Parts: sequence; C-alpha cells; structure tokens
Amino acid sequence: MELVEAIILAVLAASTPLLIAATGELVTERSGVLNLGVEGMMIVGAACGFAGAWLTGSIFIGALFGIVAGTLMSLVFALMTLGLAVNQVATGLALTILGVGLSGLIGAGFVGERITPAMHLYIPSLTDMPLIGRVLFGEDAFVYFSIALVIGVWWFLYRTRAGLILRACGDNHVSAHALGYPVLRIRTFAVIFGGACAGLAGAYLPLAYTPFFIPGMTAGRGWIALALVVFSSWRPGRLVVGAYLFGAVTILQLHAQGWGVGIPSQFMSALPYLATVIVLVLLSRARTGGSTAPAALGTVFVPDR
Amino acid sequence: MRKSLLALAAGLLLAGSVSAASAADKLKVGFIYLGPIGDLGWTYQHDLARQALVKELGDKIETTYLENVPEGPDAERSIEQLVRAGNKLIFTTSFGYMDPTLKVAKKYPNVHFEHATGYKRNPNMSTYSAKWWQGRYIQGLIAAKMSKSGVLGYIGSFPIPEVVSGINATILAAQTINPNIKVKIIWANTWFDPGKEADAAKALIDQGADVIMQHTDSPAAMQIASERGKLAFGQDSEMIKFGPKTQLTSILDTWGPYYIERVKAELAGTWKSEDSWGGLDSHMFAMAPYTNMPDDVKKLAEDAQAAITAGKLHPFKCPVVGQDGKPVECKGGDHLDDGQILGMNFYVKGIDDKLPGK
Repeated sequence: MELVEAIILAVLAASTPLLIAATGELVTERSGVLNLGVEGMMIVGAACGFAGAWLTGSIFIGALFGIVAGTLMSLVFALMTLGLAVNQVATGLALTILGVGLSGLIGAGFVGERITPAMHLYIPSLTDMPLIGRVLFGEDAFVYFSIALVIGVWWFLYRTRAGLILRACGDNHVSAHALGYPVLRIRTFAVIFGGACAGLAGAYLPLAYTPFFIPGMTAGRGWIALALVVFSSWRPGRLVVGAYLFGAVTILQLHAQGWGVGIPSQFMSALPYLATVIVLVLLSRARTGGSTAPAALGTVFVPDR
Repeated sequence: MRKSLLALAAGLLLAGSVSAASAADKLKVGFIYLGPIGDLGWTYQHDLARQALVKELGDKIETTYLENVPEGPDAERSIEQLVRAGNKLIFTTSFGYMDPTLKVAKKYPNVHFEHATGYKRNPNMSTYSAKWWQGRYIQGLIAAKMSKSGVLGYIGSFPIPEVVSGINATILAAQTINPNIKVKIIWANTWFDPGKEADAAKALIDQGADVIMQHTDSPAAMQIASERGKLAFGQDSEMIKFGPKTQLTSILDTWGPYYIERVKAELAGTWKSEDSWGGLDSHMFAMAPYTNMPDDVKKLAEDAQAAITAGKLHPFKCPVVGQDGKPVECKGGDHLDDGQILGMNFYVKGIDDKLPGK
C-alpha cells in the first residue's frame, strides 16, 4: 500500500509541470497562435524562479519571478509574431534557443546553491488518512494549483463569452475581425497567459521538484507539453488525462525496471511519444470530432485598415 | 573628417596586427564542451582541468572553449571553427564527438586532436579516457558494508560498456562483503535530466534500496537520498553539499594532469597520437574523501584504493562468472584484459536483472 501511495505521489509531481505548461499553451493555440518556444520560456522561468526564491527565501516570490520571466519572454514572441507578423514557427524555435542561453546566463551565479523546497500541505488527521490522505491533502501547492488552473481554463473557454471569442479568433480570425473583435489584442493576452504558465511550470522544477538550479534542467519538458496539447486535441479535459498518463508512464517504467520487468527501458521511455502519434493518427481518421486543431493555428493575421 | 577616420582605421589595423603577433607566439589550445560549464558534472570537470592548464602554462598558451556543442554534425562545424581560429591542439570532450573529430583531423593533418572516451584514432588524433570501474569497485565495497537492507540502487544512463563495467565492478566488490547482496538497476536513458534522476532515485528507495549509486550527471539523486535519510555516491564531481550526511565518496574526474602533460608535449614538439586509458595510478580520476562511514569501512576503502593504485588488486580478477554461470574467458592473465572491459556487454552472476538489448 505504501508503495502504491509513493508511486501516485511521484506521478503527481512528475505530471504537474507538464500540465501547467500545456494548459498555457492550449489557451495560446486556441487563440490561433502556435508558440513553439515553451521550452525556452520554461527554462528561463526555472532560472528566474530559483533566483527569486534564493534571493528572498520565499518560494511564493520565486514562483512569481518565474511567472514574470515567462511573461516577458512571451512578450518578445508577441511583439515579433503579432506586432511584426513574423513567422510563428521560426520565432518560437528562436525563443527556445534564446531561452536556453538566457537561463544559463541568469542562473550562472546560482549553480550549486540550495533552497528549502516548497512546503507540502499538512492538515492533521486528513493528511494522515491511509492512501488518499497524502495524495489529496499532502502535496505542494503547485500540484493543486495546476488542477485548479486547468478547470479554470475549461470554464473560461466553454462557459464564458470571452472564451468563445478567443476560440473564434483561433478558428477564423478574419470573421472575428469583421465582427469587430480585436484579434491581435486577444491573441496577445493568450500568448502572455501561455508564457506565464510556462514560466511557472519551469519554476516548479527548481522550487519543488529538485530544489537546486542547474542549466538545462527542464530537459525537454517544454516539448512534451507541446505534444500534450496536440495529444489532447486542444481540449482541457483530455489534457489532464494526457498529462497524468505521461507522468504515470514515466514513473511506472522506472518502477518496472526496478522490479526487473523484462521490457527494454528504451521502449518504455519512448512509450508516451508513441501514444501521442497513435492518438494523432486515430484523430485524423475519425469522421466526426476529428481534426480539431484551431483552423487558423499558426497563420499570421494582418488586419486590413 | 575622412582623414581622421582613415588614421583611426590604420591605427586599429596596426593594433590588431600587433596583438595577433604577440598571440602567435603562444600555443592556441581549443576545447569543445558538451554541456554548459556550470553543470557541476562532466563539462565542469573538463573546464576545471582547462583552468589548471592555464594556471600551469598560462604564459605559453592561450585557451578557447565552446560550450553546449551538440554531438553530431554541429560538432564538426564547431571543431573546424577552432581550427580556423588558429588552435593547434584541440580537446573534444565527449564520446559523440568521435566521428566529427576524426573527419576534421583528416582534413587538417597539421593540427593535433585529443578525443575523450572514444576508440578511433589517427596519426594526429589521440584518445583518452579513465578506468572509472576501479573507483566503482571501491564504492561497491563501501556500499555492501553500509547497506542495512542488502539492496543497492543503481541509476544507469545508457547500457553501454562504460556503464555496464561500472555496475559489474560494483557488484563483484559488494559480493566479497555480502555474497547475497542485491542490486536494483534503473536505466534513465539520459546523462542529464535532474527530474528523471530524482524520480529514479525515489523509485529505487521506495523499492527498498538504501544505498544509491548513479552513473548520471546531476546531484538530484544525492538530494533525494539525503531527503529520505539514505546513503549515496556522487558522480564526476564533489556533490557533498547536496548531501552532507549522505555522500560516502564520489568519483572525481581529474583531467588536469593529463591536459598539462599533453600540452607540454605539444610545446616540446614531442606530441604523438596515443591511446591513454589511465586509472587511479595515473591520476586520471580521484576519489572524494570517504565520509559518513565508520573508520573500519573507511580503512577498507583506503586499503582497496592503495592496492588498486599499486596494481595489486584488479577489480576484474579471474574467474569472472557471467549471468549464465559460466566463467568468462580470461584474456589478461589473472584478470580480464582491457579490451574485454572496454567492450563489456554482459552482467556478472548475482545481478537479478537482464541487460537491455540482451
């Protein structure tokens, strides 16, 4: 029983940065903007988040630093792709390269420093309940925040008028513009939201997951978050399933190796990606509810004046 | 105005040529690094060695390095860039630079190259590596002494001979202390991913391991072991600040003496292509202080280190028995020969697991 609990806790922790970053990117993409710079925004968020927490001694301020860093990075992206109508794919890739360099520069003075990691919740008697106690009431704040975030985004996209307009911009920016909605402004907010989430997701790594900073510590999680958005076919509900599936496969394959299950570890490591490809194929073959990508995703919009 | 600009340009040209002339007297030495210097592990140790080199021969040489150079075709461009910048001796410090280094070496026969951890050589390209399995043997002794559960946890990077020989050396040593010692092995399939390394350490501890060993580069596993009150070994670097009560010792990559020796040879004009595979005897690596263990275990470790250094103890002393229960052919007299260790692709008896790909 203890082992099951330990595995669930590890899965929750492993999935959290993916869920936060992917939720932000989902909103960005739903507005019609493809920002491939998630990894770059995350890694700068990690460096700034750690710097903030180390300088102030507060995890909360560290998280804020991460959010601000991600936001600033996304503003650069917004300026390029929305302001100057530069190609989104190229700009996103450049943003990642920039982020990797920047985080090394910002974090250089913090390598090897340590901080007290984010506190885990503890509610007497509730947290002590067997099995579910620690899962429901004993994780760090990031874990619960990520779930609240994705529920909030679902509610916003499908239950509010603003969410409907945002989705309209992503599906047909010309019509949305003709109806008088400020497409570029809406997209800018969506890009910023995505950047803030990526920054927070990056900050999660040095603040809670492994409480130290080392350059390159996001190790490609931003790319997984991007894949998750596609895996979820741009739907928050499926995104939660995808993120936890990814986390679960990652953790379970480690345990399977420890138990000596004879499946090659290389195959197990590749499994989540394989699942993404299979889901994509199935989606594109499905007749209804198939290709659900926002129709205007990745296309530049220049309003006629 | 135009005149003054011309004068300025001429002055700049002159200044440029003067500094180039003075630099030409110095031997230019270039380095290609896989990661950022601040990684606290592999690249960090190579740069410490470069700094030692500058300290020793700084008035005769000038060093340049390129960080974060991905393995593969990009590496070729970066190496060539160092050649064009006038570097006469170039160290390429990762296995994946092997083919790119060879390609550039063939193109520039007058430049000398040093490639770390590879096996392909050329008249102007040497290779160098370290016998880390000697250090792993010492760690195996300590681990078996310190483990209460009798289960060791091992985080591997990739199932390549360098890592496999490390696992085998560890277990062979541990079996001399406790014949029933168990080891749980998790392959991370990465050299560097702190999150995944931490997850692997958690999984090993949750499954009963109480001494964690790693062949991945970040201090994440050390930190997890420290959080959970277990013991661990560092890798590449000193990691004791991530586990002051956790680190037993750490294998330290100390390339400095080798780099100094090779550059001195280059300066003296005696450099030639060689294959250096040094161990504790040639200071290619060192062991961090033995900490967090009783005196008798510390003595055991120190004695083993002295015996290995003196060549009296060989970790792969024959007979080495494979998983199938059959002794491995003994090509090195009373121990396995270097070639067998360099190409090791089997587990020894007592490892209750299957080597991936076997």
